[in-house]
Amino acid sequence: MKTEQKNKFSLKLRPSYEKWMDKGFKNITTVMAATVAAVLITILVVVFFESREAINQYGINFIVTSDWDPINNKYGAFTAIYGTIVSSLAALIIAIPLGLGTAIFITEDFFPEKIRFVIGLMVELLAAIPSVVLGLWAIFVMEPFIRPFFNILHNYFGWLPLFSSEAVGPGLAPAIIILSIMILPIITSIARDSIEQVPSKLKEAAYGIGATRWCAIIYITIPAAISGITGGILLALGRAMGETMAVTMIIGNSNQFSLSLFSPGYTISSLLANQFGEADSIQVSSLMYAALILMIMTLIVNVMAQWLVKKLSLKY
Amino acid sequence: MNNKSYENISSQLLFNSRGKRNISNRLLTLVAGTFAVISITPLILLIAYVLIKGGSQINLDLLILEPQPPGAGVNSAGGIGNAIIGTIIITIIASLISIPIGIGAGVYLAEYSKNGSFSKAIRFGTNVLSGIPSIIAGIVIYALIVVTKVIFGSTFSGIAGGMALSIIMLPIIIKTTDEGLKLVSDDLRRGALAIGASMYTTIMRITLPHAFKSISTGIVLGVARASGETAPLIFTALFSYYHISTFQDIFYEMSSLSVLIYNFALEPYKEQNELAWAASFILVILVLILNLISRLIGNTKPS
Repeated sequence: MKTEQKNKFSLKLRPSYEKWMDKGFKNITTVMAATVAAVLITILVVVFFESREAINQYGINFIVTSDWDPINNKYGAFTAIYGTIVSSLAALIIAIPLGLGTAIFITEDFFPEKIRFVIGLMVELLAAIPSVVLGLWAIFVMEPFIRPFFNILHNYFGWLPLFSSEAVGPGLAPAIIILSIMILPIITSIARDSIEQVPSKLKEAAYGIGATRWCAIIYITIPAAISGITGGILLALGRAMGETMAVTMIIGNSNQFSLSLFSPGYTISSLLANQFGEADSIQVSSLMYAALILMIMTLIVNVMAQWLVKKLSLKY
Repeated sequence: MNNKSYENISSQLLFNSRGKRNISNRLLTLVAGTFAVISITPLILLIAYVLIKGGSQINLDLLILEPQPPGAGVNSAGGIGNAIIGTIIITIIASLISIPIGIGAGVYLAEYSKNGSFSKAIRFGTNVLSGIPSIIAGIVIYALIVVTKVIFGSTFSGIAGGMALSIIMLPIIIKTTDEGLKLVSDDLRRGALAIGASMYTTIMRITLPHAFKSISTGIVLGVARASGETAPLIFTALFSYYHISTFQDIFYEMSSLSVLIYNFALEPYKEQNELAWAASFILVILVLILNLISRLIGNTKPS
């Protein structure tokens, strides 16, 4: 009897092939996870090594001069660095109020649920439009439409260095507009997500002591959601800095430095897109140097975004 | 006298639509509404323009033929057939590389890692990788693959383009897999392990199928993103005016819709520009459909 019971409940050891497979699976996934690190390190190493020649030759001068002279082998990326920073920051200044306003509008109950859902969906679909299509639209539709307005600005505020040249076509200003259109959905959707995560009790308490709707939004909801909102803004900044196609198509691609927003300029990514194809030797190295600068800039912004989100996030 | 002061207070308690706070309240609502309208206006204008301008040119010839080089076409600029095929092939190559690696890495992060420094570094690296400008992916693949000719001596090729796009897709897939697996309840995992399943069986039979919805959402979004990317392709896949005819053609220059739009938008010829509009029509429809599919997957109830 005892043996019978023993047979019935005998412990079956796992066959060796199953153990082997179990271990192998774990190792494979570990290797795949390590691939991410490998890809990242490869990117950094390749860009760094390819740019070494230019770093040795031009050093810090590369950042502060703006010659781009393949005949005399003199390269400087100041115009491109300036263009990258100015265009992304200006786009951010336009997109932050618009994005935040939209996010508040679709989280508050101003309109029935369905209308707000449709607006939210549209903003997210805007994020999905390929940037090259936005660039095409910017060249043929947006820029000719908006040019007269730029020229009005130029006529009245021409004494300001920012508006000192006439808008005749592609330039920094249309690039800023198209960049702000591109980063708006990022800011809106991240801000909406973080506003939606604020517990409704907080706002109900504010209403309870007599706050108006906007009092509650400004003093309660936004401070509570600030970590997500700042993270979203920084992510958008990183995206704006690295954005290539739409900007390349509309910025005019000139290495001539000009303070005016209406004259053609460069960003680092459009410099790469434009020149990399026909570059050789030291010019390739210079472009890689510019790419390295761009990568460091986006890296700093992205790391700061992650750090800020952690630092500012409140727990309820 | 007592009565009077009560009246005073009660009149203050009534809703006064001319009160400062109520006026500013209405004003801010108006501002937010205006901002929302401004935000969606470009999208509506853009989609309407692409649909009307691009959609009006779609015909069977355009979908099948090869494009004519600028200036060569007398009456028409040809079609975008090879670009449609090229986009599909390059995206498939990118998916074949990034989906297995992405899901594997996501499984490692969600199932095996114990919040050690390695997995923290990988999560951080994934975030950094998703923030790297797409053009950098293009020039790195150019330096590694195209210049060195490591892949059977081919220079610009569809394979190189697919590899550059896979760098873009990888972090998207890792993140959604990781997050999808984290949402699977731990009870299911413990239940499976308690009745004697190995980790491998638990993951393959229990957790992965349960996270299928969010993982496939991520894959579809990654494919949508990759199919619209241009910057990684302009130095890797380059462009071609011809249809592919044999399998070997993936080792040569390959056209894609996005590069076609970029190249032809900057041409001075009207025929080429119109081809670019037609190509954007196809690309926008493709990307919007993929996005709606991912939404539909996300909204279906788990079986």
